[in-house]
Amino acid sequence: MNKSLTIVIGALIMLAMATLVLVALPYRELKGEAPPEQLKPYTLAQLRGRATYVNMGCVYCHSQQPRAANFGPDGLRGWGRAPVSADYAYDYPNLLGVSRTGPDLFNIGARQPSIDWHLTHLYQPRSVAPGSVMPAYPFLFKVVAHPQPGDKVVGLPPQFEPTTGKVVATQEALDLVAYLTSLNHTYPIPADTSGALK
Amino acid sequence: MSLTVGALLALSFFISVLGLFIFIWAQTKGLMQAGPDAAQVIFAKGELGVVEEPSISATGRATLQRVESESSGIRFDAASLHTVAKSAEFEERIVIDRSSRTAAFAFLTSSMLWLVLGSIAGLIASQKLTAPDFLTGSAWLTFGRVRTAHLNMVIYGWASMAGLGIALWMLPRLLKTPLMGARFAVAGAGVWNAGLAAGVAAILSGWTDGLQWLEIPWQIGILLAIGGALCGVPLLLTLRQRKAHHLYVSVWYIGSALIWFPILYVVAKVPHVHFGVEQAIVNWWFAHNVLGLWLTPLGLGAAYYFIAKVLGRPIYSYNMSLVGFWALAMFYSQAGIHHLIGGPVPNWLVSVSVVQSVMMIVPVLAVGLNQHMTVAGRLATLKHSPTLRFIVVGAILYTLVSLQGTLEALPFFNRLVHFTQYKVAHAHLGLYGFYSMIMFGSIYFVMPRVLEREWPYPRLIGLHFWLVGIGFSIYFVFLSIGGVLQGIAMLDATRPFIDSVTVTGPYLMARTFGGALMTLGHLVFAYHFFAMVLDRGTRRSGSVLLGSARPLGAE
Repeated sequence: MNKSLTIVIGALIMLAMATLVLVALPYRELKGEAPPEQLKPYTLAQLRGRATYVNMGCVYCHSQQPRAANFGPDGLRGWGRAPVSADYAYDYPNLLGVSRTGPDLFNIGARQPSIDWHLTHLYQPRSVAPGSVMPAYPFLFKVVAHPQPGDKVVGLPPQFEPTTGKVVATQEALDLVAYLTSLNHTYPIPADTSGALK
Repeated sequence: MSLTVGALLALSFFISVLGLFIFIWAQTKGLMQAGPDAAQVIFAKGELGVVEEPSISATGRATLQRVESESSGIRFDAASLHTVAKSAEFEERIVIDRSSRTAAFAFLTSSMLWLVLGSIAGLIASQKLTAPDFLTGSAWLTFGRVRTAHLNMVIYGWASMAGLGIALWMLPRLLKTPLMGARFAVAGAGVWNAGLAAGVAAILSGWTDGLQWLEIPWQIGILLAIGGALCGVPLLLTLRQRKAHHLYVSVWYIGSALIWFPILYVVAKVPHVHFGVEQAIVNWWFAHNVLGLWLTPLGLGAAYYFIAKVLGRPIYSYNMSLVGFWALAMFYSQAGIHHLIGGPVPNWLVSVSVVQSVMMIVPVLAVGLNQHMTVAGRLATLKHSPTLRFIVVGAILYTLVSLQGTLEALPFFNRLVHFTQYKVAHAHLGLYGFYSMIMFGSIYFVMPRVLEREWPYPRLIGLHFWLVGIGFSIYFVFLSIGGVLQGIAMLDATRPFIDSVTVTGPYLMARTFGGALMTLGHLVFAYHFFAMVLDRGTRRSGSVLLGSARPLGAE
């Protein structure tokens, strides 16, 4: 094979085919999809919290895509039904994730709606989940000697309390928890969204 | 139109096989004009059977030549080697090698720095999974950011820049033409480094686009696209001026990679076009093709050249390399969505990717057979040639990692290992076991030509090989076992989820240990590299100096 043009054109055709199948066709199929009626757009605080979720890299350990029953016991673990593409209508960037060093979070808001639990867990995961390898996020909190009225004080088991003062959540921590508790896709979906080629 | 999954599977399988037969037909009809002489284009007249291994001393090279001559049956005496070395083609090759020195040096030096930084970041991230309260004081060092910094540094810093440096050095040799427009490539290296440094700083500070493998914010990513495009300029200029009639297989791989990568990157990075699940699909189309259409061709291109060149032996079957190349381009490019098996993506799309993942067996076997048959019967030479030792290990692991990838795409196995550390082990088998090993070997070959100087401490090459070899074996074996145990725990609904976390504990610790050995190996490699750059150590034979024109085996 001696013509460099053969290679250039051939290489472009191959990539064009892949782009057509893997990018253009899905774009066309999924573009017009309306979000499910019960799915609410994120509030401003939830969006700020989502940005923190993104920049802390939570997605590298937590998926947001429960698998159907034939792929594992996600439903039995209370992680929720298998999602459909419309469930992600408001997600930018997408956070499907491909790793489960920690559990799936697509319905964490339904499974664990307690703001206090989430704050404690973020400050020191091992205080409520022994054996967890999740990093602690102490920098999302501050330690104050005397919490002001309106400060959200984080409840901790005694051995995890700082030696002096109280742990108070920053706005960033509160926003992150607002996002986590909003993750609830337990509403029913129409039965015909099987994902087959329409 | 409503199609069942089975019909779609059958259809895409049929199209794939049809495509393959068209290529074989085109080839037998001579449309692609390949032949044994195309495989010999990388050798000068009379050079067949002559080893080229600049990474060892003249005495070492004489031994290598003797061992190779024993297996090939082509014998040379000192006088005939001398005649070859004095030929006009060899004089020309000296000029050609000099034309790419600056460009190759700029890329390879940068890649060494990124390798060291990237390894340290990886080691920190690994330790964090064993000791989760290690370095949690600052957001800059949280697991999610350090891990991401590691990935971006090793992919875009080490792997991409090493690959580009080796490619820029090989191109003029393959085309028998001095590198044209080398200054564009040097500028490209500068822009690329600046973009990557800014991108890693952005990730650590919390500014990210949030997509895996695409975290560097697009505003900074533009620099990477420009840097990559600048490297394409010398390719095009040199191609136009080329004196070689045949385009050697490495040129197809390198040329295509340089065309593919900018397109992939730009399509995936365009802001505010992709959405929701569609974005996840584009994400994995890209992330998989960074391996398949960018790093794999660069690695295979290097392997095809250096294996043949070190041994002085043309590759086993030139026609098989054609099948391998086009099948890779066709099948690998559509395999990416197997990362989303069981996810909320259209079924037909997953089916296409699973079929193409299985079809990948075709190019993998073609490349594997071709490269392994070239080395077959020459295993004794591995003992004497560091370049070959690294590259042959890399080529063997390429076969293994690809077959493993096919297996992982099959739903029954995917169910078990998806979402687990097994995938991390697999990714490292590809990027480290296959790709990085080939780059290590290539750098050992190329640097003495670039600097016209010997490696100062040959023992460090062996130390590097064994440190990374043993370190990576520990890394891969333990993490794979840990991943399978993690998957078993996750699939068992009667066990709490935390079981799948705690079961990996000892294996993650072993991974950190293996990673530490690898990092140590990289420090040895980097020390040796910069000792060579700074001209430390004693001169031994001095015979790799191209000026004194004794690049051949015996003295």
